[in-house]
Amino acid sequence: MEVIDLAWWKLGLAALLILALALTSHMARLGVSRSLLIATVRTVIQLALIGLVLEALFASSAFYWIALLALIMLLVAGREVVARQGRRLRGWWAFGIGTGAMFVSSFTVTVLALTVVIGPDPWYAPQYAIPLLGMMLGNTMTGVSLALDRLNDSVWRQRAVIENRLMLGQTWQQALEDIRRDAMRSGMMPSINAMAAAGIVSLPGMMTGQILAGSPPAVAVKYQILVMLIITAGTGFGAVMAVGWGGRRLFDERERLRLDRLIES
Amino acid sequence: MTGLLLDQVSVGALTGVSLAVPAGRVVCVSGPSGSGKSRLLRAAADLEPHGGEISLNGASQGAVPAHQWRRQVVMVPADSQWWFDEVSAHFPEGAGERLPAALGFPADVMAWSVSRLSSGERQRLALWRALALKPQALLLDEPTANLDGDSTLNIENWLLDEIHRQQIATLWVAHDPAQIRRVADAHYRIRGTALEPEHGSD
Repeated sequence: MEVIDLAWWKLGLAALLILALALTSHMARLGVSRSLLIATVRTVIQLALIGLVLEALFASSAFYWIALLALIMLLVAGREVVARQGRRLRGWWAFGIGTGAMFVSSFTVTVLALTVVIGPDPWYAPQYAIPLLGMMLGNTMTGVSLALDRLNDSVWRQRAVIENRLMLGQTWQQALEDIRRDAMRSGMMPSINAMAAAGIVSLPGMMTGQILAGSPPAVAVKYQILVMLIITAGTGFGAVMAVGWGGRRLFDERERLRLDRLIES
Repeated sequence: MTGLLLDQVSVGALTGVSLAVPAGRVVCVSGPSGSGKSRLLRAAADLEPHGGEISLNGASQGAVPAHQWRRQVVMVPADSQWWFDEVSAHFPEGAGERLPAALGFPADVMAWSVSRLSSGERQRLALWRALALKPQALLLDEPTANLDGDSTLNIENWLLDEIHRQQIATLWVAHDPAQIRRVADAHYRIRGTALEPEHGSD
């Protein structure tokens, strides 16, 4: 089956819809037109560029180019995690903890899926490695930033409760117990909801894309299941690490709550 | 000496604070608001970074894991916090049966919801919550601020009884001179950045 290529001017038709939405929101004073237009321009430019990069990468298939792209993706995701937190840790801690958690979880799970489950030759073949890592990072980034945002915000709001629990001789882990549970839930909810709704309410994007590109639905479904499982595992482990490290950093070696280590972004 | 010992402690604007709180005695600290009374208690509970040496029965604060220190040196803040829905969830198992009559609660208070407690009720229960831990030292931040005259006297008497019976070294922040005269074995006042013994009121 032949894939129908899209002409650039046809994408322009779809862009007209966004323009119409921006105009509507401008006239109704809903205040999203500006960010909507900026995000639209960003997505077009970023995707066009990554298309060029992927074309070049698929042609060369050298490991170091793939590793370099993976590193850039990770650093940008780390920056995004910092930007999405209302209150964040001072200095390099916010970036370090977010990036570290995403690195350990998404890279481990992606490499595992590539070598053990899919098994392309070589294992880092860019057609498999880059899209898989991209999906992993995108979702882990959401999970980690939601979890850290909830953790820092709850600690800030509930500082009196935490300190009162410390005064009664609780360890910092006990004093933070409820908040850590909330933060974990907040980071995991998008993945859990997506799995629950998959196939009934929504046809996931990757599977849709594969079917559009001509894959038999049975193959596309297997890939989608694989992706959803590893995304959830990656997001979950990422959130566990981020909440663990972030919570630890909010207390010092004498188990004191150190809100001076948080700043408002 | 048994008791709580502060040696050249500095926290916030306060510097060179030295005082001894013997076991079973009450040492009152007073001073204008914002002078650092609460921060001094927080330093004694090791909730705030501070300079100087603090020890309990000869054991240095830094030598004990922080949560174990706070289990022995328990602070009751001016505004107590309650994080579960039910009162009983904040207490160790069986604390309801040992509820002291002096607190003036009916026996079923443990089954109450926290949201129906008044600020005075919270304060009285917070004192019992701290004492139920059987601490060696107690740090009280204006423990009767939300109570009316009669119940202030009841709570004072009950606290003094427990302090003497359990031999608890107690550092008590107060602002009412009459209360200080009633409860204090010694009285210090914050003047500027220093803590000075107050002789006249003894």
